[in-house]
Amino acid sequence: MSIRSETEAFDHQGPGERAVGLTARGAWNAFVMLLTREILRFGRIWVQTVLPPMIMTALYFVVFGHLIGPRIGVIDGVPYIQYLVPGLILMSVITQSYANSVSSFFGAKFARHVEELLVSPMPNWLIIIGYVAGGVARGLTVGGAVTLVALLFAELSVYSVLNLFGVALMTSTLFALLGLINGVYATHFDHISIVPTFVLMPLTYLGGVFYSINMLSEFWQQASLYNPVLYIINGFRYAMLGITDVPVWSTYGILAVGILAAYLYALRLFRKGIGLRG
Amino acid sequence: MSNATNKAVEIYELEKTYEGGTRALKGIELTIDEGDFFALLGPNGAGKSTTIGILCSLVNKSHGTVRVFGHDLDRDRAWVKSQIGVVPQEFNFNQFEPVEEVVINQGGFYGMTRKAAKKRAHELLKQLGLYEKREGMARALSGGMKRRLMIARALVHSPRMLILDEPTAGVDIELRRGMWDFLTQINRQGTTIILTTHYLEEAEALCRNIAIINEGRIVEHSSMRNLLAKLSQETFVLYAREPVESLPEMPVVGSRLVDEETIEVDLTRGQELTGVFDVLRGHGIVIERMKNKTNRLEELFLRLVQDDEAAKQESTEGRS
Ligand SMILES: Nc1ncnc2c1ncn2[C@@H]1O[C@H](COP(=O)(O)OP(=O)(O)O)[C@@H](O)[C@H]1O
Ligand SMILES: [Mg+2]
Repeated sequence: MSIRSETEAFDHQGPGERAVGLTARGAWNAFVMLLTREILRFGRIWVQTVLPPMIMTALYFVVFGHLIGPRIGVIDGVPYIQYLVPGLILMSVITQSYANSVSSFFGAKFARHVEELLVSPMPNWLIIIGYVAGGVARGLTVGGAVTLVALLFAELSVYSVLNLFGVALMTSTLFALLGLINGVYATHFDHISIVPTFVLMPLTYLGGVFYSINMLSEFWQQASLYNPVLYIINGFRYAMLGITDVPVWSTYGILAVGILAAYLYALRLFRKGIGLRG
Repeated sequence: MSNATNKAVEIYELEKTYEGGTRALKGIELTIDEGDFFALLGPNGAGKSTTIGILCSLVNKSHGTVRVFGHDLDRDRAWVKSQIGVVPQEFNFNQFEPVEEVVINQGGFYGMTRKAAKKRAHELLKQLGLYEKREGMARALSGGMKRRLMIARALVHSPRMLILDEPTAGVDIELRRGMWDFLTQINRQGTTIILTTHYLEEAEALCRNIAIINEGRIVEHSSMRNLLAKLSQETFVLYAREPVESLPEMPVVGSRLVDEETIEVDLTRGQELTGVFDVLRGHGIVIERMKNKTNRLEELFLRLVQDDEAAKQESTEGRS
């Protein structure tokens, strides 16, 4: 029947040859459907997903940029309000990418519609990539929206477009993956806010969103170098302003290693069916 | 065509022990023909959902072999998944999604384009009386409609086999008939159907073959007709006052001499004990005492009925 052929499933009959559940085109269709569903989901609730980071960013600019900023003056030759822009944008990218996959995946587990994916022939890697793409879509959408807010307060400068998109894309990929892992482990609503509150927030606030580590004492400068978020934020600041506390290669190194490790870890969780299959 | 077969499902030595130690399945053997309408009947906790869960990859098995349309589940899992549509026991769709999106998404996950999935979704929603509701939130549907939504979702990719786990639980009698008709129709068109139930009546109305599962074991695996014949049969044990040499012909399905003074007779519907006594008296055999011999199957069905009553009680208590 025509519909059966459209599902792109076919049966290799040769001995020793494996029967395939999804062809390459079927896998692409499945990916597009999952990504679309994720985008529609956060789009439907934009008041909870897109609006709050915009308001928060505006408040940061008013308080730290306008009111306190002039007293701080210039950092690395850049007015403070300008210095804040990259960190604030990337902070939204980080939290929103993470929030999207953790809440979407935990929600799917809680309401059990994750089973729609588990009974389908979609391989684990494709489910992971679909959710991560959803997180990236939200991270970049909010990143863009926050950038528009920043335009109201500061000039937008771009030092290197390639690095701008490179760092933003890799950052949202990494944190969407981490959020997904959190979602796989979570068994209770509280579990989706523990990591963002107790790990993510301290690391970003202490990761040079608001200051250059050169302003810190020797000890805290050294201590900050153990914070991976520092490298990511500085990479993004380099892309926008051309200034950074760390070498640019270290930004990409941390992001690449982080993405690879998180992806392999997520794949292992899915394979073992942790929190998914009885 | 090395693995061509006309078996839809072959299960050997299937065992499942859940984390925490519950042994839900204790070595199940089951074969289901392609095109069959098959019932898996058993009381609550028997292992029906566990068996279904393993078939559609929602539960990992602990031991055993499962083949679907000749393909080993462990080897060709993705292919096997693509051949099955499943309607689980509990609602498991996103209640905050529009009705048609639930069906369309699932089509996508099976590899269909949005366009093809949408066309098919509309067809199915029409057939199942949900077309008018397609743009509303799934949450707003009634219980029976939610169940039908899950049937539409399970059929979106036109699977070769449809599995339904207690599809009519909580669906009222009239709607139940409608659902039965729909299932019968798609079975006639060639889809293999497996359903679990704890209503014998439902299995009787729909299914050609049946397996009865109890405490993780298959206790009966036969055609519906054989089972009904067995069930409608009752066995009585008669104790004679004096030793009996041989039994006369009696108007019953079966009779035998267990020992010199003990006779067993099997009666089916419409046969009466008075006829037996008449013949025996005519041959000078006097019956002193008698008792009804309960069989394994009957005891099981008694439990099924009790479960049912308990469930009904619970649901009425829950409502008040
Ligand atoms: N996820 C689970 N974890 C632990 N035990 C389970 C789980 N699911 C079912 N069981 C147990 O396994 C047995 C069989 O359950 P189930 O397959 O749901 O039976 P049925 O569907 O026939 O009512 C029951 O004792 C049940 O409590
Ligand atoms: Mg069950």
